[in-house]
Amino acid sequence: MILRNEDAVRRGAVWSILLVAAAMSADGVLHAALAQNPFGGPRAVPDQQVGGVIGWILAKQSEFYRAMSSTIRAAKNDGSAVWTLLGISFAYGIFHAAGPGHGKAVISSYLVANEETARRGIVLSFASALAQALVAVVIVGVGAWLLNVTAKTMCGAERIIEIASYGLIAAFGARLVWLKGGGFFRALSSSRASGPQLAMAHDHHGDGHGHHHDHHHGAGHHHHHHDYCDHCGHSHGPEPDELAGPGGWKRGLAAVAAVGIRPCSGAILVLVFALAQGLFWAGVAATFVMGLGTAITVAAIATLAVSAKGVARRLAAGRDGGGALVMRGVEFAAAGLVLLLGVGLLLGYVSAERVTCF
Amino acid sequence: MRSLYGTFLIVMSLVVGATTASAHPHVWVKAASELIYAPDGTVTGVRHTWTFDDMFSTYALQGIETRTKGVYTREELAPLAQTNVESLKEFGFFSFAKADGKKQKFVEPTDYYLEYKDAALVLHFVLPFKTPFKSRQMQLEVFDPSYFVDFQLQDKDPIKLANAPAGCAMTIERPSDGSAAAKKLGEDNFLDGSNDNFGAMFANKVTVNCP
Repeated sequence: MILRNEDAVRRGAVWSILLVAAAMSADGVLHAALAQNPFGGPRAVPDQQVGGVIGWILAKQSEFYRAMSSTIRAAKNDGSAVWTLLGISFAYGIFHAAGPGHGKAVISSYLVANEETARRGIVLSFASALAQALVAVVIVGVGAWLLNVTAKTMCGAERIIEIASYGLIAAFGARLVWLKGGGFFRALSSSRASGPQLAMAHDHHGDGHGHHHDHHHGAGHHHHHHDYCDHCGHSHGPEPDELAGPGGWKRGLAAVAAVGIRPCSGAILVLVFALAQGLFWAGVAATFVMGLGTAITVAAIATLAVSAKGVARRLAAGRDGGGALVMRGVEFAAAGLVLLLGVGLLLGYVSAERVTCF
Repeated sequence: MRSLYGTFLIVMSLVVGATTASAHPHVWVKAASELIYAPDGTVTGVRHTWTFDDMFSTYALQGIETRTKGVYTREELAPLAQTNVESLKEFGFFSFAKADGKKQKFVEPTDYYLEYKDAALVLHFVLPFKTPFKSRQMQLEVFDPSYFVDFQLQDKDPIKLANAPAGCAMTIERPSDGSAAAKKLGEDNFLDGSNDNFGAMFANKVTVNCP
């Protein structure tokens, strides 16, 4: 009886979280629906109420971005304007990262697909944002400052890098799908073959044991991406000390590389503008501060994704045999999302903030 | 089993929800356009005059050699103008026209040149219609569907009718204010490519009714 109740509570919790998530996305879907068809039927009557938060973010981004050029100009005569510039850049970075690009999706999905901690998610977010800033500075520093190439040439380089980044994301996603797909289908077949009885044997120890088990398994099995341990019916959270172990950070590096090599077009524009004003260093400082802001937003979203998985894990724990299957399924889905994103970006189907050269 | 799908959806929604795109412009253009009429009243094309913002103008001028520093002649800017119109083709020149509800196509621009005025680049070009037409009602919209470029009609006389037949009247619609228009956009949706029409909300539309 008690078990049944717990089950009901658990189901209730799942649905309430689902509802919140659905509400979050519904907002976007609604607006996308409204945003359709410039030439098709009559356009929807403007509704100023909907999407206030997103609209506000958009408006703020534009505001900060536009303030940058006047601030850089002002900094030519008044050094203190540089502080204003840094403040604006930081705010812009925070708001801007909420938009497309900047690898939120890739990093978050990667974290969910693997047994990653929020802590590592934060580090990866900062590393990729730093890489993006660095690439922007290198492109403008070498291209505009040293070689004095035209905007067309620089923009062409940006495009090539962008395609490379999308290709890497797709390849990275494919690898994740390969790894996680194996785990998922093994979990699927083992749960089918063994039925609830065997699964019970693993799971009915309850949560307390599960935690202990995590500890025990963590280090030994981590490198296998759980491919060999799917039937265990547990998810393994790596312990902090394990992260420092050999190869611990290496896996995240691929994600950082895929995402981080693509610079932000906004940063490139700011850098070239600063260079033209004879204040390249101010542009460089602004770019890194912008990256810092971006990193904070991406890290917050990555932490959210990791926590969501944590919730899912807790909900799935203790389910007869389903626990492993659910978690492997979540990981597989997240891996699939990385692949989809990469392919979508590559084919221009998911239009991120594309580089527009003209 | 139900919570299996539920859990799936939670994580998916959170990740997707958190990553939906919301582009914002990096380039701002003040636009003025002229509808060109032939003596017999057919519309032959559109003459655009686009003034770019400070930052983009500086960016576009990067690496362009000039005889006098800070002064750019039309000749010195000719290669850039060439690049501009060639690249704009990919984006349909950000111009969308309809005659009596029927979509009209443009051909390659003519008479294009850039000038540098008040620290801003101004692009001039004529966009001829593939098939000049006569119509009771024509509409022209100027916008970037992906909203990388923010187009705004200039404040004073943004649209002119050159040699239009007597009795033609026009109405101009502007996005009242970028931020208000942005609100109804909300987040693009994701993975279905429909954000291609994102910028339509910011369209500047002129409608010309002729007797």
